[in-house]
Amino acid sequence: MFELIGIPPQALFGQLLLGLINGAFYAMLSLGLAVIFGLLNVINFTHGAQYMMGAFGAWMLLNYAGIPFWGALVLSPIIVAIIGMVIERTLLKRLYHLDHLYGLLLTFGLALILEGLFRRQYGSSGLPYNNPLPGGTNLGFMFLPNYRAFVVVASLVVCLATWFVIERTKLGSYLRAATERPDLVQAFGIDVPRMITLTYGFGVGLAALAGVLAAPAYQVSPTMGSNLIIVVFAVVVIGGMGSIMGAIVTGFGLGVVEGLTKVFYPEASSTVIFVIMAIVLMVKPAGLFGTAK
Amino acid sequence: MRLAAVLLAAASVVVAAGAAKAQVPVKIGVLNDQSGLYADLGGQGSVWAAKKAVEDFGAAAKGLKVDVIFADHQNKADVGTSIARQWYDVDGVDVILDVPNSGVALAVSGVTKEKNKVFINSGAATSDLTGKACTPNTVHWTYDTWALANGTGKAIVKTGGDTWFFLTADYAFGHALERDTSKVVAENGGKVVGSVKVPLNNADFSSFLLQAQSSKAKVIGLANAGGDTINSIKQSAEYGIVEGGQKLAGLLIFLTDVHSLGLKTAQGLTLTEAWYWDQTDANRKFADAFAAANGGKRPTMVQAGVYAGTLHYLKAVEALKSAKDGAAVVAKMKEIPTDDPLFGKGEVRVDGRTIHPMYLYEVKKPSESKGPWDYYTLKATIPANEAFRPLSESDCPLVKKG
Repeated sequence: MFELIGIPPQALFGQLLLGLINGAFYAMLSLGLAVIFGLLNVINFTHGAQYMMGAFGAWMLLNYAGIPFWGALVLSPIIVAIIGMVIERTLLKRLYHLDHLYGLLLTFGLALILEGLFRRQYGSSGLPYNNPLPGGTNLGFMFLPNYRAFVVVASLVVCLATWFVIERTKLGSYLRAATERPDLVQAFGIDVPRMITLTYGFGVGLAALAGVLAAPAYQVSPTMGSNLIIVVFAVVVIGGMGSIMGAIVTGFGLGVVEGLTKVFYPEASSTVIFVIMAIVLMVKPAGLFGTAK
Repeated sequence: MRLAAVLLAAASVVVAAGAAKAQVPVKIGVLNDQSGLYADLGGQGSVWAAKKAVEDFGAAAKGLKVDVIFADHQNKADVGTSIARQWYDVDGVDVILDVPNSGVALAVSGVTKEKNKVFINSGAATSDLTGKACTPNTVHWTYDTWALANGTGKAIVKTGGDTWFFLTADYAFGHALERDTSKVVAENGGKVVGSVKVPLNNADFSSFLLQAQSSKAKVIGLANAGGDTINSIKQSAEYGIVEGGQKLAGLLIFLTDVHSLGLKTAQGLTLTEAWYWDQTDANRKFADAFAAANGGKRPTMVQAGVYAGTLHYLKAVEALKSAKDGAAVVAKMKEIPTDDPLFGKGEVRVDGRTIHPMYLYEVKKPSESKGPWDYYTLKATIPANEAFRPLSESDCPLVKKG
């Protein structure tokens, strides 16, 4: 049996697959960020907190209303999206004509407040959430838990559907047009502010959906989002701010790179993405899939 | 002239009498994680415990005027040291308590020695605090990596778990825990087949768990804490690690971690703690008061250690009638035997280590638990004289001098 840099090929396949699973989370989160940035020009720092709220939403639905995982998978993102839209209507909307920095400060502040509220109520060590799909399949080279397989498939479907809607449908073309020239689109009788609100809600809903998917696999805790969001921002920057396909491809790609780092040099696994970000920014400042505006 | 002398004498008598009655000021600073992954096991609960100790000690009646303040070190050594300096230099803090996170604790211990104040650690694990990094100003109250290794590590090797693979948190604490446990494993006839260093605050352990799985070690030692331990255990259930015949050894698991995991996932884990709320009447009484003030939560061993450490510190200050000379207070703490409702009778050893029994627990099955926070069954008591690193093995310079 041959070995590749000291790692048997079976183990390597396993790690590649694991990388894809992590990449699924990166892809979904960075997709939401990219949609929001692309259409609203807002750097949504509340994204991590909204991901966390999605996970907590699933927990609350289960423990207060008895709604199992599959129901929460639909309900929790909708609830969090509605909260997001209220935030957009009442706060974010007032900042569009100002510099990016104000939106960033507002969303960052909101994230801290949300985290603080959840920590006060539920503590910092998190809450238990049971796996809805226990068991797994032995693929020969690794044991693939059923739930993880489901996460990859679900995430791929959601990502591609989003890409399709924005890039290939009439609704998507309105959205893209509204980004470029909101005044013109409005002149054609389209309610641009409402479209922006719904877009923000959709991006937030994606974050919450990732949160629900994370609940059975990761610790459901108030800080689960802030730990992840920094990496996701790096993913978005590498992919190119605002690029939909860029967010999806880099999300999965970087998951794989990180997964391989965990085998070859685990100590660096939390930094490798930032190293890549630095290199990409030097070579291609607009990101791999971005176009300089 | 004579009148002036008489007046002066009279005045000095009054002043002296006043001084005798004047209260000795003591300022206690609880420095810990208030917002991150260790906030539940210490956090505000530790602040409450310190205040409770001041109250139970009856400080005011004994001539001590005690203030308790707190701050968040955010698990960053630089934040921790700058707060410690600010407290010692500007705010007049005499003693710092708790300080979970071994990295921060080692840094604060250094500042405390430099300023000749007192540091009573409850939250951090590294045995280096009373080992090669010991100082005449530091007391390590609750537990340490040596005691954890000696408790959980030994118990598991003795039940046949003789090959180990470590998932180690990549900082001072994880390294110390892996080192101390490896030693115990080797001494008891076991073998360490591998280890992987995992960055702190990692969410996904799948990759590391697969590496552990393919190592074929009988035991996977989790040399991590808090959220990292929770995620490792949660995900190992997904990957069927335990069904595959491997055993998980959570080397540092707090009550709050078990609460967070839920008994369904955590059942059957073997763990070592210095204190459990539902063990004695005195503990339960403390826990009830704690729960009433902290939204129904039960205290962890770290919070209990802050309580007991504060109590013992105040006894030493009362005896000296001053909190100003840190080394003198710690010397007094080592001289007086420890005796408090939560940890019982014991001593603070010359290296700063507080000696008390440790306990080996098993996490209950969901069916055995009577409700939230009823989580442990006592498996064994490790007597005080065996629970901590013997002085003969110590690399603390204070021990070699003596």
